[in-house]
Amino acid sequence: MMTDIQVLKRKSVEYRQKILKYIVNAKAGHTGGSLSCIDILNVLYNHTLQVSPDTFQSPDRDRYIQSKGHTVEALFVVLADQGFFPESDLETLCQYQSHYIGHPTRKVAGVEQNTGGLGHGLSLSVGTALAAKMDEKAYRVFTLLGDGELPEGSNWEAALSAAHYKLDNLCAIIDKNSLQISGSTSDVMNTDPLDKKFEAFGWEVRHVDGHDLEQLKNTFDQVPFQSGKPSLVIAHTVKGKGVSYMENQLKWHHGVPDQEQYSNAVEELKLALEALSA
Amino acid sequence: MLETISVLTETKANLDVFSETLQQLAATDKDIVVVTSDSRGSGKLVPFGLKFPQQIVEVGIAEQNLVGVAAGLASTGKKVFAVSPACFLTARALEQIKNDVAYSDNPVNLIGISAGVSYGALGSTHHSLHDFAVLRAIHNLIVVAPADNYETEEAIRQAALLEQPVYLRFGKKPMPLLESSTPFEFGKGRIIREGKDLAIIATGETVYPALQAAEKLEREHQLKVTVVSMHTIKPLDTSLLNEIAGSGMPIITVEEHSVNGGLGEACASFLLQNQKQVPFKIMGIPDEYTVTGSQAEIFSHYGLTDRGISEATLSLLNL
Ligand SMILES: [Mg+2]
Repeated sequence: MMTDIQVLKRKSVEYRQKILKYIVNAKAGHTGGSLSCIDILNVLYNHTLQVSPDTFQSPDRDRYIQSKGHTVEALFVVLADQGFFPESDLETLCQYQSHYIGHPTRKVAGVEQNTGGLGHGLSLSVGTALAAKMDEKAYRVFTLLGDGELPEGSNWEAALSAAHYKLDNLCAIIDKNSLQISGSTSDVMNTDPLDKKFEAFGWEVRHVDGHDLEQLKNTFDQVPFQSGKPSLVIAHTVKGKGVSYMENQLKWHHGVPDQEQYSNAVEELKLALEALSA
Repeated sequence: MLETISVLTETKANLDVFSETLQQLAATDKDIVVVTSDSRGSGKLVPFGLKFPQQIVEVGIAEQNLVGVAAGLASTGKKVFAVSPACFLTARALEQIKNDVAYSDNPVNLIGISAGVSYGALGSTHHSLHDFAVLRAIHNLIVVAPADNYETEEAIRQAALLEQPVYLRFGKKPMPLLESSTPFEFGKGRIIREGKDLAIIATGETVYPALQAAEKLEREHQLKVTVVSMHTIKPLDTSLLNEIAGSGMPIITVEEHSVNGGLGEACASFLLQNQKQVPFKIMGIPDEYTVTGSQAEIFSHYGLTDRGISEATLSLLNL
């Protein structure tokens, strides 16, 4: 019998396989960022969030809002695995007339909000979390932000309001892969130190290794980190994680592997899965 | 046909009616939520805040967050009114309106207060002469400028129930009550006055000067003029337009908005593409930053008055 963490570890590799499969099929996608945030999504959907296809219409469900909409392949692969829709639907990703577009859309079962423009998810999450407080509901709101989107000023407007309204039912996660489309995040526009900034804004902050499933589980279990404060998880991640030639390589921000590259990635992930079974 | 002045009494500002109507709605519905960006005072929402402190959310001067938070609230079933000066709401938060409200289909009621040139001499930073144009191009958004207290109250009540995003804009000047047998309904123009010689299609706070112009034209030139309050800019009441143009009447449109992209161009586009070619003129604010003055002075400067509109009419009719 596998432990929970073993199940999660297998899923992370399988999700990576599927992300690549559907990106190659679509000939488009945000490969590096999907691979950097997939472990976070794995833990959220398979451990943390109280939401499923059966409860998605319930006003009491936990919400997940993906602010960094461009890494939609990670979200779609996880939602398919959760049973929101058949995985084979993803064969139409980005194809003519498909509603599986290159960003989250509510036309896809399981998606809470249409995102893609950056700096929107945190405000949407604040509004959703505020409604829970007003109605004395117990649901929580998790939102995933990219580190590249943080210079959008709307994030900081939202960060102020989350603390002002003591939204301890809100948890933001930053996928801190330290890269964005045109370079290293600290070169493009430095946002460090994020912990001090958010603490100064009134948030309670934790750092985690964004690929350590056990750490992610335990960290999300502790939300809210402090009663009366919104929680921030700074997840230190590697863009392209799990495919060695993609890791920390800028060109894989939205690079699509050719056949040979894809075969190499498939082989590497197959070995990773075998190593887990051993 | 109405032969005498249809205006009965000078009444309240549409803004006051908005505030009172919201209080009435909130008294029986705890899901009514107002979101403000330090706009509680200018939105006449102080009494609302005192009566319903659990139903008002302040976000500070942060319009992007105002609209994003409103969208999040609306996604849970709250009946949300996001209130901010029209100039900031529709320019600074335009992407939030497009993505978080319209595209995500979160039925927020966006309330643009002190719209058009209501802020007068505070100048162009505070004017919203672009809002119809930008919002008309966004799918899944009803765009409305009520003319009088009745239209405002109805618009607020109907918007609260509607599961579709709505943008409502109005000013802060007391507006006379207009008489019409047409009840208020989104997307349906109200005929305020009927005539056969010309139609003035106006919206928001220009409907009243349009009506005054019609009465002046009858008095001084024996012209019988139709006046329509086209409160809904989108979706446009094309069947009414069809009917008016079908009779061959020349049409003048009047709006407190740039002549580019607003009511006038919406009407022109429909008419031209439906082979309804009648003498036609668009009145509004020309493509410039406005002259300094009060709302009344700005209206007067650009001819959005009984005199200006009747002169434009005579010129269109070659009289
Ligand atoms: Mg990044």
